[in-house]
Amino acid sequence: MIEVRNLKKSFGANTVLNDVSVQMQPGKCNLIIGASGSGKTVFMKCLVGLLQPDSGEILYQGQDLTTMTTAEKKEIRKQIGMLFQGSALFDSQTVEKNIMFPLNMFSRDSYAVKLKRVNEALERVNLKDVNKKFPAELSGGMKKRVGIARAIVLNPQYLFCDEPNSGLDPMTSMVIDKLIMEITKEYNITTIVNTHDMNSVMEIGDHILYMHKGLKEWEGTNKEIIFSKNELLNEFIFASEFLKDAKDMRMLELSGKIANQRNMDDLMNNEGSTRQ
Amino acid sequence: MLKGMFSRPENGRVYWKELMHQCSEIGIGSLGIVVVISFFMGAVSTLQTAYQLVSPVIPKSTIAQIVRDTMILEFAPTLICVVLAGVVGSKIASELGNMRVSEQIDALEIMGVNTKAYLVAPKILAAMIVIPLLVVISAALGIYGGRVAGSASGILAANVYDKGLHENFVPYNVFFALTKAYTFAFLISSIPAYYGYHVQGGALEIGRASTKAVVVSCVAILFADYILAALLLQ
Repeated sequence: MIEVRNLKKSFGANTVLNDVSVQMQPGKCNLIIGASGSGKTVFMKCLVGLLQPDSGEILYQGQDLTTMTTAEKKEIRKQIGMLFQGSALFDSQTVEKNIMFPLNMFSRDSYAVKLKRVNEALERVNLKDVNKKFPAELSGGMKKRVGIARAIVLNPQYLFCDEPNSGLDPMTSMVIDKLIMEITKEYNITTIVNTHDMNSVMEIGDHILYMHKGLKEWEGTNKEIIFSKNELLNEFIFASEFLKDAKDMRMLELSGKIANQRNMDDLMNNEGSTRQ
Repeated sequence: MLKGMFSRPENGRVYWKELMHQCSEIGIGSLGIVVVISFFMGAVSTLQTAYQLVSPVIPKSTIAQIVRDTMILEFAPTLICVVLAGVVGSKIASELGNMRVSEQIDALEIMGVNTKAYLVAPKILAAMIVIPLLVVISAALGIYGGRVAGSASGILAANVYDKGLHENFVPYNVFFALTKAYTFAFLISSIPAYYGYHVQGGALEIGRASTKAVVVSCVAILFADYILAALLLQ
């Protein structure tokens, strides 16, 4: 379990995180949402230890990341997988070598065993025949999926995803969302997603943290968000008339007055067939 | 940054592979330009020395001595390292800069890899292994280039050139050249690695860091050259 207590981070006079406290729900999809500049990326970087907060605690199973030694941090990081906004695949290496990299670094298994695990990870993210391709030969959605495969290949306990849908079309975004949700449930990992994609909020937001100007403004589930009276949150999420209508529709769906007719499995199949 | 490089490797075999890869990138990647520059540097040195030595009192074999000592003392270690600062330095700075900007370094950090040890140390170590070898090759090729130019232009016969090479040879000069080569190799690799590793921004900043790394490396080489000469050639 990850618990954050009174986290503060400033860059000079600019306070980016101001006393943020939250408890991430284990085995669930935890979403951090907020407008650009709200501090969510800095928050995530603090959570994974890429940035050192000014004060506060980040507890992984009760152990404070901010006071850990380098060796202790290394151990924690072995339990963390992360999908970066730009996928962060190693340009000079093939897909196979990208995914095998953490195994090469931390596992003493034979090449055959490692290759088997790479292929399993690729299969899990629904990618075939891409082992020998370089990142430059892949589409944005495929890069994200390779990024997810690399993140899960060491069976992490925590999966961090920074803007997993940025730069993707709505259909591919939904495929990635579904994948993240499925992996969270299947591997029983705690997933923390940084996003401002409203589809993600509605589809995979088991637990949502809304940040505004470095403060935790709202916290709840994707069902509660529909009925939230928080003005800042409503302004942010339901900014357009279209989204306001969508909110009304969802409220009706949740109250059982109309049926939910969306089917993400169809989208997944369509995306897979167009790629291969 | 250098302090952070010294830690126990997560997996020795991966680090060894990376070291060999960097040796190949730096050594084989720069060999062509080193061969061409060295050969012509030696050839031109022969012609220009002969042009300036107009006294009939001075034997022609002196030309070979001057070319040999110039190549060993200055041209091979210093000029070749200035060239390598451009070739290798810009490559190291832009490679690390690109990895920083595209979050590849962050990805390695998250995996629990010591990025300074994995990305920077093999580059510096590879440069320290390969660049002195390139300097030795450069000196040998420069001297050979002088021999070829001397014979081809009819200034001095090959046997006279060879005789000159054996006269007044000071082995200490080779030690001095290698000391310079190791020092410059460290500067050529560590300065661009520093600039590349700490890039912030985008493509423009990578370009700026790369240029700055080359300029600073060149100035550092020339400064170190003076210091080493002052200290070791008393």
